[in-house]
Amino acid sequence: MSTPTDSQARQQLDEAFRYAFLLDWGTRIGLVALVLSFAAYLSGLLTPHVPLDQLPSVWNLPVNTFLERTGTPTGWGWLALAHKGDMSNLIGIALLAGCSLPPLLGLVPLYLKRRDTVYAVICALIATVLVLAASGILSGGH
Amino acid sequence: MTAWRPPLALKFLWLLLLLLAMPAFAGDSVVPSSALPWWFWPLALFVTCFLIGIVAVPAGIGGGTLFVPIIGGFFPFHLDFVRGAGLLVALASALAAGPVLLRGGLSSLRLALPLALVASMSSIAGAMLGLALPASVIQTALGLIVLGIVALMLVSKKSEFPQVAQPDRLSSALGIHGVFIDGASGRAIDWQVHRTPLGLVLFLAIGVMAGMFGIGAGWANVPALNLLMGAPLKVSAGTSGLVLSLVDSSAAWVYLNRGAVLPMIAVPSVVGMMLGARIGARLLHILKGSVIRKMVITLLLFAGIRALLKGLGIWV
Repeated sequence: MSTPTDSQARQQLDEAFRYAFLLDWGTRIGLVALVLSFAAYLSGLLTPHVPLDQLPSVWNLPVNTFLERTGTPTGWGWLALAHKGDMSNLIGIALLAGCSLPPLLGLVPLYLKRRDTVYAVICALIATVLVLAASGILSGGH
Repeated sequence: MTAWRPPLALKFLWLLLLLLAMPAFAGDSVVPSSALPWWFWPLALFVTCFLIGIVAVPAGIGGGTLFVPIIGGFFPFHLDFVRGAGLLVALASALAAGPVLLRGGLSSLRLALPLALVASMSSIAGAMLGLALPASVIQTALGLIVLGIVALMLVSKKSEFPQVAQPDRLSSALGIHGVFIDGASGRAIDWQVHRTPLGLVLFLAIGVMAGMFGIGAGWANVPALNLLMGAPLKVSAGTSGLVLSLVDSSAAWVYLNRGAVLPMIAVPSVVGMMLGARIGARLLHILKGSVIRKMVITLLLFAGIRALLKGLGIWV
């Protein structure tokens, strides 16, 4: 016969497995995108926005001066330049930075089903913080 | 009549403020450029991160903690880009380890999520503050933080299974407790936590530091979870990774939106660190942890002094 503690432990494992599954796949996709785009960047398959031989003269500058000197956009402006070798790497980086979002949202229905409203709200709030950070509204990226 | 003497803490605070103010006069924040070909530095970065990855695992410290002071101190990249890459290094490591730790029951979502909520909010503020302050101020503060980490590594004790007689009201209300199977003894260990409100406040500060310096925060998370809140050491280490994955994601978006993520610096760092960490994990049983730990402490001490002197304009 299972005790309430067994049942709680099983519930916590269910949460952990769902979160782990979604996080694992998000991370894999992000890393593959990152490695492939970097290979295309290094091999010259995709022309970079900032030429490789000019990098040493700009990577030592503060970010604002770098942006001004290279004409690199802020916020999501890089998406318009995603066909450029260096900018294409930001797809993989954005996937990695955003891959916690699906597992968090995946937990919400699980918690709601168990009437664990507090944790459903916590997951939704963290997801909101991530979306706000990504949107650039908080960091002035637009 | 005796003259008033300020207490030691006030003197220390004064010295700290003086040190933080000095870099304003340290001159230009542009890092001197190198005469070497462009490919030399990404290659050197990859090799360095590979080596950091190998030693970071047996030393029990996140790669991000070593990355920012070492790369920021000895490579010709601006600290803005080094911190952006540092966050991604810490994030990628936490993401890679997260699913394994969760499935193994070593990472607790119930413990991680409330702490991650406050820390991810404050990490955004930390990242914005870090990008707004002059590089020399950040470099000086980073030096002080790294030297603080060295002190913490030298003096902090760990408690494998802390005794928590009574959980606090908040952790009871949130149902923060669990069971994990200790691999060494095969025993099922029930755990619970206390001092949750204080833990939340501490994680607010940890989030600011993680965002501001891009160094990850495993060095602060584990003692906070283990020594303050009373979570078992293995659960603390596992849960710390999960908190880091959320905190660093929030801060990484700020750096990405501000254009402070340079792929030529970030990608070789992430790939080198992840490959090195895989080797480090395999060497875990062969290498002597205490020797590696001493080596890493020495390395951090050197990198911390370098960061401090660079920030103060003494050793540019």
